[in-house]
Amino acid sequence: MSWLRVGLLASLGALVLNLLPAWRTGLGPTRQPVAVPGAPLPRQFGKPVYAPAQNPPNRSTFELGRRLFYDARLSADGTVSCGSCHQQARAFASPERLSRGVGGRLGLRNAPALQNLPWRRTFFADGGPKHLETLPLAPLTNPREMGTTLADVLAKLNADSAYARQFAAVYGRRPISSYQLLRALAQFTAALTSAQSRYDLHVRHAAGGHFTAAEQRGQALFGAKCGSCHATDLFTDGSFRNNGLNRRFAQDSGRVVVTFLAADRGRFAVPSLRNVARTAPYMHDGRFGTLAQVLAHYDHGMVESPTLDPVFRGPGGRLGIPLTAAEQRDLLAFLATLTDEAFCQAPDFADPGRRAGEAAFAGKRTARSSRAAVARR
Amino acid sequence: MGWALVAGCSKAPEPAATTGNLYLELEPTVGTAPLVLGPTAYPTGNGEQFTISTFKYYLSNLKLQRADGTQYAVPDGYFLVDAAQPASQHVALHGIPAGTYTGLSFVVGVDSARNVAGAQTGALDPVNGMFWDWNSGYIFVRLEGTSPASATGRYKYAIMGFQRPFNTLRTISPGFGGATVAVSPAHEPEVHLEVDVQKMFVGLTPMRFATVYDSEGGASSVQIADNYAAGMFTVEHIHPN
Repeated sequence: MSWLRVGLLASLGALVLNLLPAWRTGLGPTRQPVAVPGAPLPRQFGKPVYAPAQNPPNRSTFELGRRLFYDARLSADGTVSCGSCHQQARAFASPERLSRGVGGRLGLRNAPALQNLPWRRTFFADGGPKHLETLPLAPLTNPREMGTTLADVLAKLNADSAYARQFAAVYGRRPISSYQLLRALAQFTAALTSAQSRYDLHVRHAAGGHFTAAEQRGQALFGAKCGSCHATDLFTDGSFRNNGLNRRFAQDSGRVVVTFLAADRGRFAVPSLRNVARTAPYMHDGRFGTLAQVLAHYDHGMVESPTLDPVFRGPGGRLGIPLTAAEQRDLLAFLATLTDEAFCQAPDFADPGRRAGEAAFAGKRTARSSRAAVARR
Repeated sequence: MGWALVAGCSKAPEPAATTGNLYLELEPTVGTAPLVLGPTAYPTGNGEQFTISTFKYYLSNLKLQRADGTQYAVPDGYFLVDAAQPASQHVALHGIPAGTYTGLSFVVGVDSARNVAGAQTGALDPVNGMFWDWNSGYIFVRLEGTSPASATGRYKYAIMGFQRPFNTLRTISPGFGGATVAVSPAHEPEVHLEVDVQKMFVGLTPMRFATVYDSEGGASSVQIADNYAAGMFTVEHIHPN
């Protein structure tokens, strides 16, 4: 028996040695082991739904997923990658009102931020996708997004010798399968942890976490008026609610398309507010360009519909959350503390094909313009 | 080369207990006529005509009943049966404990857990075209084709959904009609089942393309599932072999 084990180890060793050159030719770093971005998990978020043990993180798989995320060749006409709409400087959200896919086609919704995904049970504004690994199948095949088929994507990957080497180095088995593709992508998306905002420093009483008087007032107001839905340190309770955007929801009926339940008409996922100052425009359809407009909507812009969330029904039939001008200013100050600069600029999360520093520059530009937007009010 | 060696060594030793093989032969029909993909027109049984371009479905959680009331559950078996792939209509069950079996049950579809378990391989690989991506979960039964009764001239029945109140998972127990199946190293019995597509249209809720030409989960999928659960699969005959 022991000679067999020795032989087995030797052949495994030979296999690993054979694969090493592939690592070197890949875009990933060659040093092993290297800490995988996104680890360790922030304790304040609690137990993740998608635990690291389900897809144990390692640097080469992460780098493979990262490369796939930014590769526009995966789309039908080679123009759209995941990263086209999910831009790092904007916490992986899109600045366009509606996402723009292959052939310049407009999508039906605003591309949401990608952050802290392992803690989510469902994805999209309607909660349709139920697992982080299978989620990318939707944007890949949606004719308004990447417009391709899974078979085409796999054919392209298998025809590319660099990908073939990189996948073989990670998974050892050819050809590249949907399983390998989806698992590699999930290593990148699962690593997009945002927990280094000034708010995080503040609650940990860490250096740099000082809040101004306005930010402190805003935090208290937030807890009292927003925190029941934008709950926990993830800033969402994971529920679906109708927040009074439409009377009939003819354009996009929300969660009902997933559940077929009339009570879900007009209900949309409560988004996390982490990095919210970076993720404009807002709402599932990107209708509000600024956070000030969002607060104005909650104060006096809501419209009646049968499934309007009861939390918005006030005394005397008043709809919404009353907020004075001063309160709105304080809330905006607090919401800006949820911006995680390190996350939005982390070189590890940037397009590996882009020049170093480009993403950081874009991030600074956005920070300046959003500060200016806040200052204007 | 290394991988083949690993696979060979990690394989568990053969169990001492005797096992045998059992085969399911799934023969698609429309009523009494054999199902032929393409331009052949069939009656639905509700006064409408239709052709079939696609007929695919999942079988899972197979169980074999014994006369003493116990059963054998086939481990980790997910089978995608596709009328366009004749080989897929021969389901081979290996390593069945030797014995006499009096019945069979299976789920038409994929259990709820596997619908939300992330990337999958084999029969459950989404490349097989049976994964619904934006409202994730497997399509349990897919029937597509044309019908002059449909407003669009086409119909697409994608029966799916595993969450209440629109759960379309159905467990089917086609009886052996008093017959028994003996599995042993010396006997490899074949259970021939007829799979009558017409049963999707007739039954508790008659389905008409004039009213439902697209079903992608929800109430109409539940009605179709209830229809096929009531008799789409019947044991036609058994070869003891």
